[in-house]
Amino acid sequence: MFNPNAKQINLFKLVLFIAALGPLARLVLFGFADKLGANPIEFITRNTGDWTLYFLCLTLSVTPLRRISGWNWLIKLRRMLGLFAFFYATLHFTTFLWFDHFFDIDEMLKDVVKRPFITVGFTAFVLLIPLAVTSTNAMVRRLGGKRWQLLHRLVYVIASLGILHFWWMKAGKNDFAEPILFGTIVAVLLLSRVYWSVLKPKMQKRQTSPAPT
Amino acid sequence: MLIKRNPNGIDLPFGSEITPRAMFESRRHFIKQLAVGSIAGGALAEMAMREAFAQSGGTQKLAARPNPGFVVMDKPTAFKDATTYNNFYEFGTDKTDPAQNAGSLKPRPWTVAIEGEVKKPMTVDLDGLLKLAPLEERIYRLRCVEGWSMVIPWIGYSLSELIKKVEPTGNAKYVEFITLADKKQMPGLRSPVLEWPYVEGLRLDEANHPLTLLTLGMYGEVLPNQNGAPVRIVVPWKYGFKSAKSLVKIRFTKDQPRTAWNISAPQEYGFFSNVNPEVDHPRWSQATERRIGEDGFFSRKRKTLMFNGYSDVASLYTGMDLKKFF
Repeated sequence: MFNPNAKQINLFKLVLFIAALGPLARLVLFGFADKLGANPIEFITRNTGDWTLYFLCLTLSVTPLRRISGWNWLIKLRRMLGLFAFFYATLHFTTFLWFDHFFDIDEMLKDVVKRPFITVGFTAFVLLIPLAVTSTNAMVRRLGGKRWQLLHRLVYVIASLGILHFWWMKAGKNDFAEPILFGTIVAVLLLSRVYWSVLKPKMQKRQTSPAPT
Repeated sequence: MLIKRNPNGIDLPFGSEITPRAMFESRRHFIKQLAVGSIAGGALAEMAMREAFAQSGGTQKLAARPNPGFVVMDKPTAFKDATTYNNFYEFGTDKTDPAQNAGSLKPRPWTVAIEGEVKKPMTVDLDGLLKLAPLEERIYRLRCVEGWSMVIPWIGYSLSELIKKVEPTGNAKYVEFITLADKKQMPGLRSPVLEWPYVEGLRLDEANHPLTLLTLGMYGEVLPNQNGAPVRIVVPWKYGFKSAKSLVKIRFTKDQPRTAWNISAPQEYGFFSNVNPEVDHPRWSQATERRIGEDGFFSRKRKTLMFNGYSDVASLYTGMDLKKFF
C-alpha cells in the first residue's frame, strides 16, 4: 500500500496549495487581460462560487476515498482543502459585499433577508467561519476530539445549504443541470458516511455474532 | 483592464458614429490582412472572416436617419458588449451562448405573418418590412430584469406604423409576438427551460406607443443573429425579456397572451414587467443596476429609474396598481 513519509506528504501539501491558488491566479490574469467578459463582477462572483462548491466536494470526498483506498494519509490534506473552500467562499462573499453592494450593509442585509437564495448562501458562509477558526491543532486539543468532531459535522449542513443556494440561483433560469450534478455528488458523499457509520457496523455485528445453534 | 474598461470610448450622440465601431472595423481588417498574408492563407482567412462575422453578425450596413426625439444622452454600450453578452435562450442559457451559437440562424429569407383580430392580415417578407416605413436610428436604454443595463442604438420604426397597415378590429385588445422555434437553427430548444416558441405580448395601447420599436438593426447595421435577427421588438420601458426576438408571427387578440416567462414563473414575471425600482424580484433587487462596460469596476451601481426613465408612458397605467400588475 502507498504510504508516503512525512517529507512526501509535505511535498503533496505544497503542490496542493499552489494548485488551489490556480483559480484565483486565473481570475487576476483574466482581469489584467480584459478577459472577464462584459460583466466582470458577475463573472468573478460565479467563478468564486463555483470554486467554493468544488473545494467543499473535494473536502467531503477525502473520507470516502480513504475508506475505499485505505490511504489514511489522505486525511492530512483535508484541512487545507476545507480552508480553501472557506477561502473561495470569502472571496465570493466579499465580491457580493464590496462590488455588488459597496459595503452598504443596510442594503446587503435587506438582500439577505428578502432573497431566499442569498439568505441560504449567507447562512452557509457564516457557518463556515467556526469551522475555519477551529481548524488548528491547538483548537482541536482545546475543544477535545469528540466536541471538535461534532462541531465539524456542520459541514453536512453547509454543503446542503450551498447546493440549495446554487439551486435557487439557477431556478431563475429554470436550468437545473448543474445543481443536479452538484447535488448528486454531495448526496453520494454524505450518504457514503451514513453507510460507513450506520449500516456497515450493523452488518459486521451480524456477521461476528455467534451462529445460531 | 480592471479599473477603466473602455479607454477608447468617446461620448457621441449617434450610434452609427460610435468610436468602438470603427475600432472593430479596423481590428477586423487587421485580422483579415494577417490571415491573408500567412502561409496557411486560405484556411486562416476563412477563419478570420468567420471570426469577423461572429463579432459583428455580418457587416451589412443599414442606413437610417437619426431621430433626435428618441435619443438618450447616456453613452452607448460598446458593440462588442452588446453582441456578446445577452439572453437568447434559443441559443443557450449563458449570456455568452447566443454569440457563440447563433451562427446557425438563417435570417434570410424570412417572413412574418400578421394575423388575428385585424381587417387586413398579411404575410410580409424582410424587404417588405424594411420598406414599410422610413428607418430611424434611436438610442434607447435597455434594462434587464437581472439587474444590468445597456444603451443601444437601434434601427427601426414605431410598431404603430405596421399596426396602422393591418387595421386592428374593435376586438383587438392585445398583441402577441411569436418567435422562431426551429430545432435545426436553434440548439437551445433541446432544453426545456421555457415553453417554446417564446411568446411575448403587449396591450394594444402599449404596442401603439411611439416608443415601441419594430427593430431591424443596431449600431448602423442589420441585427446580428444573437440580438434577434432579422426582426424583433424593443420596448424600452419594460425589462428586456419583453422585447421578443426573431419574430415569425404577430397576432392581434381579444385575450391577454400567455407569455413565456409568465408561464414559467408567474410569481416572478408578470405580464406587464415594467421597469420598476419599487417592485423587487425574488432574485434581484430592482432598485439599482449595473451599466455594462461603463461603470468602472470599483464604482457603485446606478439607481434604476421608474419605467427605465421613460416617464411618458406613465399615462398608459393611470389608475393601475403597478405593484399588483407587475
